[in-house]
Amino acid sequence: MSNTGQPLLEVSTANLTLGKQSLLENINLKIGAGEILTIIGPNGAGKTTLLRIALGLQKPTSGTVKRQPGLTIGYMPQRLHLDPTFPLTVKRFLALACKNDFARVISLLSEVGAAHVVDSAVQTLSGGELQRVLLARALVREPDLLVLDEPVQGVDVHGQVELYKLISRIREQRGCAVLMVSHDLHLVMAATDQVLCLNRHICCSGTPESVTNDPAFVELFGPAAVQYMAVYVHDKNHHHDQCASCGRGSANDR
Amino acid sequence: MIDNFLLRALLGGLGVALVAGPFGSFVVWRRLAYFGDTLSHSALLGVALGFILHINLTVGIIVICQLLAILLFYSQRQRQLASDTMLGIFAHGALSLGLVALAFMEDVRIDLVAYLFGDILAISNSDLGWIFAGGGIALACLIRIWKPLLAITIHEDLARVEGIPVDQVNWMFLGLIALIVAVMMKVVGMLLVTALLIIPAATARRFAGNPEMMALLASLIGCLAVCAGLYGSFQWDTPTGPTIVVAACLIFIIGFLVPKGLFLNGQES
Repeated sequence: MSNTGQPLLEVSTANLTLGKQSLLENINLKIGAGEILTIIGPNGAGKTTLLRIALGLQKPTSGTVKRQPGLTIGYMPQRLHLDPTFPLTVKRFLALACKNDFARVISLLSEVGAAHVVDSAVQTLSGGELQRVLLARALVREPDLLVLDEPVQGVDVHGQVELYKLISRIREQRGCAVLMVSHDLHLVMAATDQVLCLNRHICCSGTPESVTNDPAFVELFGPAAVQYMAVYVHDKNHHHDQCASCGRGSANDR
Repeated sequence: MIDNFLLRALLGGLGVALVAGPFGSFVVWRRLAYFGDTLSHSALLGVALGFILHINLTVGIIVICQLLAILLFYSQRQRQLASDTMLGIFAHGALSLGLVALAFMEDVRIDLVAYLFGDILAISNSDLGWIFAGGGIALACLIRIWKPLLAITIHEDLARVEGIPVDQVNWMFLGLIALIVAVMMKVVGMLLVTALLIIPAATARRFAGNPEMMALLASLIGCLAVCAGLYGSFQWDTPTGPTIVVAACLIFIIGFLVPKGLFLNGQES
């Protein structure tokens, strides 16, 4: 882990309870400059909720969220719910955020490989194009930290690989940290420094290699997924132990 | 002042149509049609309030619309009932309460039809003042919050992360909607206010490549509907408010017959 000095963002012992339901329990998360941290977990594990807490959109019931002073965050939401009646081209969508600097719009779109859709209406974009445009939108403010909510959603497998490559390249070129949510297991692994495996509480965390060997991870995703993933992380040892702390909630819905 | 009642009607109608264009566009983009409808249904309650407090009836309507907007804003944060159910309860509750309240005032006789469907031909100079002052203020405020409001319409959380004061802008917008709904009621009446907000905006959609263009076109289409409606109403002696709305609907249908993208220069929409 390249985590030296003060973290950009730190969530400490955060809990979130809505009504009687506990959505997140005792979450600790720390992300340092230039680091890629991926939150994985099944549907309903609270991944997006945790991102919202990190972004300051949702207050935790208890616990703290510390952001480095002056931290600029670029946020890529999961999707846009744009009404079809809203006439918005990609160019205008980005220009609204960067003071109508159209040269900048083009250069951002080129950076994410979406320059060809500059004049398209946002509602007509394909899944992959939209994700790239949203990524460009997140880069507008030259962020120190990119927060990406399911960045490869609605993209076919080939496109997913491309997008993860793009995210790593952006990290390398810009040196920004990346906090992202994913429920793909295998593709994410090659492009991340730290993995945090979430199922309302943190099941396990660490480097991709250590996490895939963690019994809690095996319990959450099943041995088959781990074997599949082993190809990607080149790991020889599989643990098929049970982990008592993970057998709750909507664990095995994949 | 202006003596000719037709000229007053035309000016009042055009004033309302101009304001309705940009606001109607946001109502369509943000799917607030039922919200506007609910506000306008509370107008009779405002009239009753005006009589009780001996204040100007338009002020009474504006006050009630603002209160209802606040109530709606908070009630939409609860998750027990779907928002269209909530809006339905408020709309019909407010309408009925207004009718019942007015029935209790035995010395008050109002022209109910005028409130329901508008009475543009009876617009007074002071009504014109309300339309132009109220509408002008509302438009000026809308222009001030235009960019943040667009950002919120695109994605509320994204706007929030980037430091836009989302709640304040939303409050202001809802307050402005309440204001213009109260003012527009003069022309098309409480039951048809939403029509004048959404039909011109929906018509403009096919010919607009960006939000500003759509707002402007919606204003122009609204003005066209007002002129056509006034003319038709005069020609065939039909009720003016509904005739304006019929004209707006006809323009909407004609808009659909015009080939898409005619004025867009190939910009796909």
